[in-house]
Amino acid sequence: MNLKQSNSEKISPSDDAIIEIIEMHKWFDDFHVLRDINLRVGRQERIVICGPSGSGKSTLIRCINRLEEHQRGQIIVDGVELNKDIKNIEKTRAEVGMVFQHFNLFPHLTILENLTLGPIWVRKTPKKEAEETAMYFLEKVHIAEQYLKYPGQLSGGQQQRVAIARSLCMRPNVMLFDEPTSALDPEMVKEVLDVMISLAREGMTMIVVSHEMGFARSVAHRVLFMDAGKIVEQNTPDEFFDNPQSDRTKLFLSQILH
Amino acid sequence: MQSKTQITNETDAIKPPITSIGVIGWMRTNLFNGWFNSLLTIIVIYLLWKTVPPFVRWALFDSLWVSDGTACQQTDGACWSVVTANLRFIIFGFFPHDLQWRPLLAMLILIALLFYSRDRKRWKKSLGYTWVAALIIMGLLMKGGLFGLESVESSKWGGLPLTLLLSVFGLTAAYPLGVVLALGRRSRMPAIKTLCVIYIEMIRGVPLISLLFMSSVVFPLFLPEGVTVNKILRAQVAIILFTAAYVAEVVRGGLQAIPKGQYEAAEAIGLNYVQTMRLIVLPQALKIMIPPTVSVLISAFKDTSLVVIIALYDLLKTTQSVLSDPKWMGFSAEAYIFIAFVYFICCFFMSDYSRRLEKELAT
Repeated sequence: MNLKQSNSEKISPSDDAIIEIIEMHKWFDDFHVLRDINLRVGRQERIVICGPSGSGKSTLIRCINRLEEHQRGQIIVDGVELNKDIKNIEKTRAEVGMVFQHFNLFPHLTILENLTLGPIWVRKTPKKEAEETAMYFLEKVHIAEQYLKYPGQLSGGQQQRVAIARSLCMRPNVMLFDEPTSALDPEMVKEVLDVMISLAREGMTMIVVSHEMGFARSVAHRVLFMDAGKIVEQNTPDEFFDNPQSDRTKLFLSQILH
Repeated sequence: MQSKTQITNETDAIKPPITSIGVIGWMRTNLFNGWFNSLLTIIVIYLLWKTVPPFVRWALFDSLWVSDGTACQQTDGACWSVVTANLRFIIFGFFPHDLQWRPLLAMLILIALLFYSRDRKRWKKSLGYTWVAALIIMGLLMKGGLFGLESVESSKWGGLPLTLLLSVFGLTAAYPLGVVLALGRRSRMPAIKTLCVIYIEMIRGVPLISLLFMSSVVFPLFLPEGVTVNKILRAQVAIILFTAAYVAEVVRGGLQAIPKGQYEAAEAIGLNYVQTMRLIVLPQALKIMIPPTVSVLISAFKDTSLVVIIALYDLLKTTQSVLSDPKWMGFSAEAYIFIAFVYFICCFFMSDYSRRLEKELAT
């Protein structure tokens, strides 16, 4: 498999990298899931990762906040290298927001409590201030009136927007999205993508695992294609979709675009 | 076969079909639908007719409530006098007769506090302090020796206060210990995990009776000469250790039911292990395991009666002692029915409370 990297130098909006991954490998027992990953993500850069299922794209972003442990190479997030040091990991996790495919809201807490939990316990923000911040972000994802409800009372799209707001309350420098719209009913995909697009406009650094090609085209600086644990191709969205280089990418695109 | 499909434009709501009307309809559908069920119904009615009226006659109409033993020998009915005449001994055991108001007061305080604590809205810090204060007062009432209260040796404690003491302390101490053991068993640290597994499996592999025997017979052998540990305390510790192992397995089941995503979401926010457990995992896990936990606690409560084998005079033992009195021999049915009734009240209170708690916590 050939790694192509055509005219990709102009895209990085900022030179100092917020995330740097160098020669990273990961295994699940004997299974080599990530092979020699090298990736620099600049501040305010937005990256969409796509690829067939099992290609390691979710595992890759889960390594960035150490939900998965890598075995070789380096991952440096905002100047801090991720290693066994639990304090570093907890600090990094507080700086890196994560949105999951299945939302993972806390069902026993109200929407407001879901949002204030992190700021209060991790950032030690006073309760009142945390609630004000929470309401600000709920307003932003257009769901403020539901703040006293429990997650189970909301639709999937609403829950995912709450999950995004929950991450934003921690004031992260980077947001990771792990297939944020794949578990949603089709008519709810747009409301979540709209929130993500407005987030992008404000200059948030984002790494999104997604097959929403429209989103990738309009928002991403760079699209990464992964297959069998490798980054096979990366390019600007227009180049990537209109002029894919590797055969594997062409096949994949032809399958998802019908 | 041809299937006929009909498309109707009716959108009105249609009532469900009426299968039964009135008492006769209900009886026909539930008791007499078919010859087999009709036969069963008739047999059951016959059996009830044979058993219930004689029992009611024995327990109520022909029974003696306040009499002495000899009067009881004459009658065909139940002799509840065995309970009423010996009530103070059954309830308080060998506690000095003049001082029995003290355990009575202690029990009343305990029951009042338990009822007061039923409402979750009252679970505040002040309630915790009240409990601590109440426990000290109860201990003082039982033991005496201060403030002009006559001292009573704990070897004289018995009956219902002892049963309540063993179970209330046993259950409240076993529960948190069980939670800790369950967390330990799921720990990623091999040493802690192994210790917890060994503890749980060893305790669960041994009957409570043998633990009680060990605490009363074997354990003192290892103590240096002259040092003694109170017998009740030893039994209490055995009950706590035993119940904790069972609670731990129930809690572990609850922990396994929490999806991995909850842990990941908590970690992704930056919560540490203790915060994740305390704020996210345990609140959800403890809620789903209310029914099995209460089963464990109820059976532990009843198991406290096993302390009779190490000669502690709990409620069951005091009753048995009454029955060995020649005056009251032969009335064990009445006495045991009474004991069963007392146990039932306590267990019913526990399961009723768990049902209320479940309803309140349902989201």
